Amino acid sequence: MIDPRVAAAGNIATERLDLKLIAEMVPMGSRVLDIGCGQGDLLDMLARDRKVSGHGLELSQSGVNTCVARGLSVVQGDADRDLSYYPDNGFDVVILSQTLQATQRPKEVLQEMARVGKQLIVSIPNFGHWAVRFDLLRRGRMPETGLLSAPWYETANIHLCTLFDFVDLSQAVGLRIDRHLLFVGDRVREGHGPISWLDNWRSTLAIFTLQHD
Amino acid sequence: MSAEKSDQTQYHHFDGQSLTLDGGGLLQNPTIAYRTYGTLNTAKSNAILICHALTGDQHVAGHNPITNKAGWWETLVGPDLPIDTNRYFVICQNVIGGCAGSSGPATTDPQSGDIYGLDFPVITIADMVRAQAMLLDALGIDDLFCVIGGSMGGMQTLQWAASYPERVFSAVPIATAARHSAQNIALHEVGRQAIMADPLWHGGAYHAQREKPAKGLAVARMAAHVTYLSEAALHRKFGRNLQDRDALGFGFDADFQIESYLRDQGMTFVDRFDANSYLYITRAMDYFDIAAEHKGLLAKAFANSRTRFCVVSFTSDWLFPTHESINVVRALNAAGADVSFVEIESDKGHDAFLLDEPEMFATLRGFIKASAVARGLETGVSDD
Repeated sequence: MIDPRVAAAGNIATERLDLKLIAEMVPMGSRVLDIGCGQGDLLDMLARDRKVSGHGLELSQSGVNTCVARGLSVVQGDADRDLSYYPDNGFDVVILSQTLQATQRPKEVLQEMARVGKQLIVSIPNFGHWAVRFDLLRRGRMPETGLLSAPWYETANIHLCTLFDFVDLSQAVGLRIDRHLLFVGDRVREGHGPISWLDNWRSTLAIFTLQHD
Repeated sequence: MSAEKSDQTQYHHFDGQSLTLDGGGLLQNPTIAYRTYGTLNTAKSNAILICHALTGDQHVAGHNPITNKAGWWETLVGPDLPIDTNRYFVICQNVIGGCAGSSGPATTDPQSGDIYGLDFPVITIADMVRAQAMLLDALGIDDLFCVIGGSMGGMQTLQWAASYPERVFSAVPIATAARHSAQNIALHEVGRQAIMADPLWHGGAYHAQREKPAKGLAVARMAAHVTYLSEAALHRKFGRNLQDRDALGFGFDADFQIESYLRDQGMTFVDRFDANSYLYITRAMDYFDIAAEHKGLLAKAFANSRTRFCVVSFTSDWLFPTHESINVVRALNAAGADVSFVEIESDKGHDAFLLDEPEMFATLRGFIKASAVARGLETGVSDD
């Protein structure tokens, strides 16, 4: 199984920055669920720097085994199927880092996240980025860019969306976006106000924090 | 390390005391046979209880005088091993109903002065656990750093977490289930019928006779042993290889190596195990269903649990398949418990939990270390 995060990430540096920024958004000592936690890098960072009670859900067996051997509380499971087994409001923060686009039913996953957690942190690769649009326009083929490098027939990213699409979906499931960070070139900028056409054009990745309306 | 050849078993006789049983009766003056390894610290916070499986005993490591072999988890328990006896005080008790020194059908009934036989009360996994808790009380150990066990030992581990949540800091149920499945009850029934069909069983009163129901018990063991393996493991080890012959014998001798192996397994088992104990312990496993007293809601058995769990299963285990572990994990998640779950890739079947499985060792090492940090037994300095 391809780890969607590995499949989606442009390079390790981007991924590390993504996780570091997410970690900074998590309140100290909170109870956290990281969905699609991979090898446990973010959970490890959160346990060390934010003193959280961290829990992970990961699809790949090798990822889970690595996490548990690192001393993290992680179970094997699937965002689409297994969130329903968690209690209502069981977590202060639920994190989905570059995984939404790899789920079968992104809408249900977001709804379930909203049910089990008080705050949501979701990061997504932006399919509205200009390089993706140009690649499709120029080659007439499914885009393959740095962040989305796998060919269409073997990509784990089956539900890609643009930043606009994500905003629409959040509203549809009754979530309010509190904050968003945009990755533009090699810089990260705090977004102000609603996502603009330009944000959607030039961001490769975005991190959103959301709450119940 | 010098090889210890003597029996290191200790016995605790609860004279004048009794154990209340789920079946309604009392077990008078019970005896618990147990072994310990390592040293209990002054805070009494480093005790690990290891629970043995159906045919196991208290000899988890070191020399086992019953089998004259090494302990059944020798590769896992010892100095510098994943369950490190330099750091932890390990206790392993023979379950009640067993036949390695604890009160069971082959021991003497203090009231009649005769061997219990079938007068021994039918016991449950919860009874076994209650007896273990009695011993810990006697040893002055209030709570356990960890409870670990595979198969029936895993059932006891889950029962410990459900019955005494405040006494269990962490729990590792391996290759187990929260209840015995119909298939497993069926397989146990085959074994019990084999024992009871042996005329030498004498309605359980064979201890007064010259011979034991060895054939019945051997057949029970042979059938059970197959369930501990996997098709792949059997094929790898034996294939269709013939035993000490070049051609089929056209008779009912052990033509195939697998037949010879199973006969040997059956025969050596009867030397070390009591037939009635086999009946009682398999019954205890059959009766096991933690959710039963919570109207089928397993999560309720672990409500508000603060125990850290690490559930482990093996891909080729068809006796306690992974979905049984997932069932436990989902219930623990629903209860908001702290749970990890690892499925280990192995073709060795149910027996994998007793064998050299590096990934299981790495999992246990990581989990125990993280739990030790959480309990303040170790500092959180990471290795990297």
